[in-house]
This record gives sequence, C-alpha cells and structure tokens, in this order.
Amino acid sequence: MKTALLIARRELAAYFSSMTGFVIIAAVLVIDGLLFNAYALGGPDKLSSEVLGLFFLFSRGTTIIASVFISMRLLAEERQTGTLVLLTSSPVHDREIVLGKWLSALAFISILTASTLFMPALIFVNGKVSLGHVASGYLGLFLLGAASLAVGTFGSALARTQVLAAIFSGCIVTALCVCWMLARVTERPFSGVIADLALQPHHIMPFEAGVIHVKHVAYYVMITYFALFAATRVLEARRWR
Amino acid sequence: MIQVQQLTKYYGERAAIRALDFAIDRGEVIGFLGLNGAGKTTTLKVLGCVLLPTSGRVVIDGIDIARDPHEVRRRIGFLPDAPPLYDEMTVGGYLEFAAQLRGVTAKDARSHVVEAEEKTGLRQVDGERVSSLSHGFRQRAGVAQALVHKPRLLILDEPTSGLDPVQIVEMRSLIRSLRGDHTILLSSHILSEISQTCDRLLVIQAGEIVAQGSEQELASRLGSVGRIEVDVGGNVERALAVVRALEGVVEASAHARPAGGGETLHVEGAGELRPQITRALVQAGIDVLRIDRGATGLESIFLQLTKGDARTAGATAAAAGKEGASA
Repeated sequence: MKTALLIARRELAAYFSSMTGFVIIAAVLVIDGLLFNAYALGGPDKLSSEVLGLFFLFSRGTTIIASVFISMRLLAEERQTGTLVLLTSSPVHDREIVLGKWLSALAFISILTASTLFMPALIFVNGKVSLGHVASGYLGLFLLGAASLAVGTFGSALARTQVLAAIFSGCIVTALCVCWMLARVTERPFSGVIADLALQPHHIMPFEAGVIHVKHVAYYVMITYFALFAATRVLEARRWR
Repeated sequence: MIQVQQLTKYYGERAAIRALDFAIDRGEVIGFLGLNGAGKTTTLKVLGCVLLPTSGRVVIDGIDIARDPHEVRRRIGFLPDAPPLYDEMTVGGYLEFAAQLRGVTAKDARSHVVEAEEKTGLRQVDGERVSSLSHGFRQRAGVAQALVHKPRLLILDEPTSGLDPVQIVEMRSLIRSLRGDHTILLSSHILSEISQTCDRLLVIQAGEIVAQGSEQELASRLGSVGRIEVDVGGNVERALAVVRALEGVVEASAHARPAGGGETLHVEGAGELRPQITRALVQAGIDVLRIDRGATGLESIFLQLTKGDARTAGATAAAAGKEGASA
C-alpha cells in the first residue's frame, strides 16, 4: 500500500505539473456551469430538490466523460514513453502499480468533483435542500467516478497508446451506461440482469434522490474491483509476451 | 552472481533467445555483444525481471527469479535502452522516487540520491527538470536511477546509445568508476565500447551465445588475425617486404594516409606482433611514426563469430561507423 501511495502521489503531481489537469478541470467546470445555469437554474420555476437533481444529472455525464480522459494516460502513457519499465523493474507488485495509478486518478476526480460544490451551494441563495441530500449525491458521483476510472485503468492497461486507451475505455463505459436500453427490449430474467449491470441510471438515481442503499454502493465497489483486477491481470500477462 | 541455464524466450512463434547458458561472477564487468535483433535486450529484460522467460532458469545472487522476482529486483539496477525518465519531475525528485520504489526509506532517500548524483555527475542539475536535460545528462540520470538504491548488479542496455563522442568517453569512464562496487552487465553493438570497458564478453547471435571470454581468449580460440596499423616514413615497398618476412604475419598492405600524406601499413597476424614489427623496421632503417592495434581486433573476432548471419556485413559496417564516430 505504501508503494501504491508513492506511485499515486507522483502521478497526481504529474496532472498538475502539465496543463492536462487544469484543462480537464476547466472544461468540466465550464460545461457543468453552462448546463447548470441554462437548464437547472434557468427555465420555469423548480423546486430546490429538482434543481439539485438536474445538477447531479449533468455532473453524472461530465464525471463519466472526464474519467475516460483522466484514466487514458495512466498506463498507456507510461508504455508509450518507456517509463513503465521503471515500475516493472522495481520491487513493486503489478497490483500496486494499478492501485497507485487508479488512486491518483481518483484523487484527481475527487478534486474536480469537489470544485463543483459552489453550484449546489447556489441553491441555498433562493431555496433549501438538506446537506444530507447533497452529500448523498456527491457520494454517488464519487462512486460512479471510481468505477469509471477503474474501467478506464483497464482500458489503459490494454492499449499501447493513449488514444487507443480512450477508445477502449470509452466503448466499455458507454456500453455499461446504455445497457439499460438493451434491458428494455430483453425478456426476463435477462432484462433484470442487464439493467443491474448498467452504470446508470438504476444504481445512481437513489444517491441523487438522497437515498443511500448498500446494494448500490456494493455494485460500484464490485465494478471497481473487477476492473482493477482485470487491469492487474493484463499488466501481469504483458510480462509473458 | 548470475547463473543462467537453458534460458529461452519466445515471442509468439519466434524464439528471441534459445537455450542460453552462462555465468557471471561477482564484481565482473561483462559486455553483451551482438547485432541488432540478436536477443541482447530480451536477455537483459529477463535478467532484470521485466519479462518472464518461456523456459530455463536464472539465479541472481542465489535467488531464482521465477521464485522470488521481488527480492531479485531489490538487488538489481536496470537501465533499459531508453532511460525511463519522467520529464515533468526534477532530477532530484525523480531519483528520490526511484530510490523509494526500490525500497529505500523516505528518510534515507535523499542521502542515496546525493551519492548517486555525485557518482554520475548530476549534482549541479539536481533541481532542474528532466525535460530540460541534454541527451548526455538524460543518459546519466538513467544510470543514476539504476544505482540509486545501491544494487549489487547493474544491467545497462546500450548505455552510450545516441551519445556524442565526448559523452561516450564520459559514460565509459562513469561505468569504469562503478567497477568494484557493482557487478555490471552492459550490452552494446559498439565494439570499442565493449572492448574498453569490459573484463569479459558474451557474444550473442540469433538468440544464441556463440562465444564468451575475454577479448584475448576469443582471439586465441578463433586464431583471430588482429590488425596492426603502422605509419611509416621512407621506402614503403621495403617496409612491406620486411614486415611480410616476419613470423606470424599473415598479410600486409600499404594504404595512403588520408591526412598528412605518407603511407600506413595494415598488418594482419596472430598474437602480439607490435614489438617484432617495430624492431624489424627500425633495424631496416625505416622510420616508425606510429604503431597501434587499432580497433579492429575485436571487430575481426566479431566478424568471425557472426559470419553466416545475412545481416552481418551491413550491421557490422554500421557498428564500425559508430565505432569510428566514438573514437
């Protein structure tokens, strides 16, 4: 764990030592802010909880897209630049490399998500929502981000270049996001299984409504675990090739 | 320090290395010599525990790499063909990171970094970003990361790759200065580099070790005809006749010197012929302006060992070209 944290610390610093980190944060804040202003605050009068719900809906999309861009570099860039060998020739387990990389991306997306807090705070100017509701929604975004980043880490482990990594993880995340549509045209019991697999909306909506169910938390934890496990296996398999 | 038995590595259907057997003693500086694609990098990656072998056994410092690669990695420092540097970090920060990755505590990391920087001449660029370093300094930083945790074995893959002649000389003296503290295994296809730096050679061709030993051992085993160059003044025809008459001389020819005029004799023969040639020429009243083995002793060994490989001629020419550049 100590080594994973060492890798995570270096990686997190790398996001902010180049423009990449700032550009991603700026882009997400601009898009989130525009959507929040135009659709959540604008238009016909809404209840405070509806405004908060819309904010979380937009943030859901930007979190998933940002996750793909944040995670694409994790392992693919190291392979592209030849720095991965520094890690693979050191006494570091492959699982520590994957965990360290993912933790850095998780820390980054947490900073990114936390920087959107001013938007729910604006609701308090003319309305009122419970802090628990806000916290629940943010927990949902955090878990969604963690799972998307884990899938992205897997995509980055598979690919030789960052572009390919973004394509791989983009495809997997999109498939996981829209498989609820497939569930609609599938008969039981498969429809239930497919719907349960989807990253959203089934598992995220309760968080956005201010309700925390252990089963939904467990779902995101499991997706995260399996994606990181798969990424570790891919990294281990590369030593054989 | 290293025992390699029947080491084989396949990439798909293609064998990159086949049934390699060799041993390296503690404190030796070993040159791994071969043409591009001969299997040098694959072997070094397996020894560096970056790749797993398809079959065979490798024991480093008494530990089987298949059983405990983690422990082996603690004892080795590995410099791949391209130094693994993070451009956005400072040199000192990067080396501290590398030290801690290899198990040095955060408290001790700084002192390890200072020591590695002093050995590699990086002290003055400690606070500079890696991206701002020249190619020579980047290569030094690569060596520094390999030795920052004070490993017993240093594996250096083409450490002088892409360096200019001055940087090559500096890198050579750096590697020589590390002798004694570490067992060093370095690969190259630049013959003079291997010849001037290493105690012993392992020659690999098409994934197999075709010879091992010191340059002299290989020369005597192969009956190698090392070339001696003699710059002479006076009657060249007479000088040629004198040299040709000497025992051990296989062939002698005269070549115009490119600069300064005059002629250079190229004398091919077995063993150390320089004293005999000098004596004979002086006794015959011919001025000896310069006499040297040149760099072709190892070159001729290399040519003999790798003959039969379709790429030999071109690749050796390239190697000789680089050698010339490095001289």
